[in-house]
Amino acid sequence: MSLKPMEKTRPDQATAKLENKEALEELRNSLQVMSREKGKRLISLCAGSGCGAYGTAKVHKALIAELAKHGIQDDVEVKLSGCHGFCEKGPILVIHPEGIFYPQVKEDHIPDIVEETIKNGNLVKSLVFKDPASKQKISHEHDVPFYKLQKRIIFGNNGLIDPTSIEDYISVGGYSALEKALFDMTPGDIIDQVKKSGLRGRGGGGFPTGIKWATCARHAGDRYVICNADEGDPGAYMDRSLLEGNPHSVLEGMIIGAIAVGSHEGYVYVRHEYPLAVKNFSFALKNARRLGLLGENILGSGFDYDIHISRGGGAFVCGESTALMASLEGNPGRPRAKYIHTVEKGFRENPSLLNNVETWANVPVIINKGADWFASIGTEGSKGTKIFSLVGKVVNTGLVEVPMGTSLRTIIYDIGGGIPKKKKFKAVQTGGPSGGCIPEQFLDMGVDFDELTQVGSMMGSGGMIVMDQDTCMVDVARYFLDFLKEESCGQCNPCREGIKHMLQVLTDICAGDGKEGDIELLEEIGDMVAKASLCGLGTSAPNPVLTTIRYFRDEYEAHIRDKKCPAGVCKPLFYYEIDAEKCTGCTLCARKCPEQAISGEKKKVHRLDREKCIKCGICYDGCKFDAIVVK
Amino acid sequence: MENIATIDWDEIDRIIEKYDASREALLMIMQDISDMYNYVPPEVIPVLVEKLGVRKSLVYSVATFYKTISLEPRGKYIVNVCTGTACHVRGADKIMDALQDHLHIKEGETTDDLLFTLEAVRCIGCCASGPVITVNQETHGGLDRATAVKTIKGYNENVS
Ligand SMILES: Cc1cc2nc3c(=O)[nH]c(=O)nc-3n(C[C@H](O)[C@H](O)[C@H](O)COP(=O)(O)O)c2cc1C
Ligand code: SF4
Ligand code: SF4
Ligand code: SF4
Ligand code: FES
Ligand code: FES
Repeated sequence: MSLKPMEKTRPDQATAKLENKEALEELRNSLQVMSREKGKRLISLCAGSGCGAYGTAKVHKALIAELAKHGIQDDVEVKLSGCHGFCEKGPILVIHPEGIFYPQVKEDHIPDIVEETIKNGNLVKSLVFKDPASKQKISHEHDVPFYKLQKRIIFGNNGLIDPTSIEDYISVGGYSALEKALFDMTPGDIIDQVKKSGLRGRGGGGFPTGIKWATCARHAGDRYVICNADEGDPGAYMDRSLLEGNPHSVLEGMIIGAIAVGSHEGYVYVRHEYPLAVKNFSFALKNARRLGLLGENILGSGFDYDIHISRGGGAFVCGESTALMASLEGNPGRPRAKYIHTVEKGFRENPSLLNNVETWANVPVIINKGADWFASIGTEGSKGTKIFSLVGKVVNTGLVEVPMGTSLRTIIYDIGGGIPKKKKFKAVQTGGPSGGCIPEQFLDMGVDFDELTQVGSMMGSGGMIVMDQDTCMVDVARYFLDFLKEESCGQCNPCREGIKHMLQVLTDICAGDGKEGDIELLEEIGDMVAKASLCGLGTSAPNPVLTTIRYFRDEYEAHIRDKKCPAGVCKPLFYYEIDAEKCTGCTLCARKCPEQAISGEKKKVHRLDREKCIKCGICYDGCKFDAIVVK
Repeated sequence: MENIATIDWDEIDRIIEKYDASREALLMIMQDISDMYNYVPPEVIPVLVEKLGVRKSLVYSVATFYKTISLEPRGKYIVNVCTGTACHVRGADKIMDALQDHLHIKEGETTDDLLFTLEAVRCIGCCASGPVITVNQETHGGLDRATAVKTIKGYNENVS
């Protein structure tokens, strides 16, 4: 089952083209009055991809049917919203105005929710969220620790609006920044504000956005304003959630960018693997054109700008600016040397302004609230907030928006609730395949562009993958190189051959065939690849290897010298054993083992036959008494 | 498979028209065709060459460069196991192992009955729900070996 954007025209959707800014303001006022007058119950059900994977469609169907059954379908509004960020606990359901929060809602919970909460105003106790860290029951969204410590200036509207309704976006103040940019500011003013805000690109490099805009505006030609929604960093999905959940915020940012540099045509380059993002953004374009906010003569200002969507084909390197533009032109996406920058000669050999999804979503906020307000958030060198994708071995996973400079500890422990199953934190990986692994000693570091670079990692697009004692750092390095080997476009030798060579060395180490000198060899090749590659994929490819060597050298040495994988990941380098002191004889492992490798009587210590064991880890993950140990 | 007979040439024309037969839209056109047949039947390549005015070599190089395009027939259901970092640390390998065992094929292969193709994908943006798989356009999250196999069995039943 899939969710279709609601194509039906609601009464409030019959709005005709807005001929001028007064018409937009009038529409906004009437929408706000209407929603106040309605004053009715609103159920916001998350229809983002994460919740969708847990079955939003079924819950939605059950909810609509149940409301109808009670004859209250007209008194309660049901909104299919975008991602609320707490996807792991999906499907998420929030009841407004109180903000009652029900996570992990299933179809069969719906009768209780409608009967108890909607009709009688009581909580359904069994559905109330229990904070895994404090074990406390929390009934309201704003009290959930995961949300409480966030500052959601970019992501906050996601849970409140229906992404397929432009009216929803307008009623929460949407397109007021566009209005300001069109009628109260010159292109120069806009660029100045963006410069003064200190905004840096959220797509990876952290390049100052205002400077990029100013450079693009200086070069003559048919300028293009482009949005990078390729989001290739595995583990990061904030761009997807923004495009799916609040597409108009990205669109409004792009139109403002187009005004600033004088562009009349643009593209959104989005991954084919993100069908819902493509759908919701296409819908947003259609609606913006309908209201005269996109296309010719926007809001009667005389300014024209329109956008096409281009779907990428699942190549990580296409996120790189020159490769992306080659791909837009219908070619294989191979990077070129950047002697001439794309702001001067990019798409179709014309000046092209490329920014990331999240960067664009920051623009309306800056124009609305002013550069000074924006610059008051964050650190000296990194302003505003950043959305991180907090995933991996952490209790609360999801999207987290915090001011730049927030410490890793706050993000992982206070918001993320720490490491599950009382395991030990080992590292956090940031920056995706170009980034690095940060060990415990830096947990109190404030996260911003410069601090991350300082410890050998990168901001990247904001992926934050938490790793615990069961993660092998050599395997992680091998994993990333394997990724990069597949993704290297292969046109330059250092990248193509160097990555292959490093991967071979790492594969040998993980297989127990590591030799003395391998670590030094990796460092040497890494240095060469970083210096001699053409594009950012190659120059940053050694990062995951070099940072793991820097901070976890002992783990490499254990693999090479002792032929041991202390984390119990590299199969040839460890075995499982049952700790006789801890085993209670609960028989769980013996029942679950697919190879019948475990035997023993009830309430007696069990035995594990190493000959039969295939190291699948089922017993290790399952034992509640930590009696299965890695040797 | 007997391809030629089953290609809906009118639909192919409509797709090409939708993009104004633009050379720049080559990848998107191939993706749309792929959405219909789960691969790009080689018979359509001469048509693309003619209508878009591109060289055959470009069509092949675009088709081989982008992973979403296949020139080989693929199964009715394309099962993508996410092996992105977040899913990797949560045991994506085990899901892949289980599905390989269940379907008796390796990653990248298609079952003999042309029902399933098993592929690995690097992140589909549902990282907080990992490990995840997609089957065509549907996403399934929070899986382990058993639930992954059960999910696939569900598609089997759809067919029979
Ligand atoms: C290999 C590689 C992959 C990249 N992938 C992405 C991506 O998926 N999304 C993105 O926004 N930027 C990506 N970038 C960065 C872009 O090249 C570019 O710097 C960015 O889109 C500019 O926008 P920003 O200044 O708003 O960050 C990548 C860079 C490299 C070298
Ligand atoms: S560094 Fe790697 S990805 Fe970049 S152009 Fe060279 S071969 Fe291609
Ligand atoms: S699951 Fe753990 S405690 Fe139970 S029998 Fe196995 S090893 Fe012993
Ligand atoms: S690791 Fe797997 S095969 Fe080995 S004993 Fe445990 S459950 Fe059995
Ligand atoms: S998709 Fe529902 S909270 Fe993220
Ligand atoms: S890493 Fe699997 S969905 Fe992102």
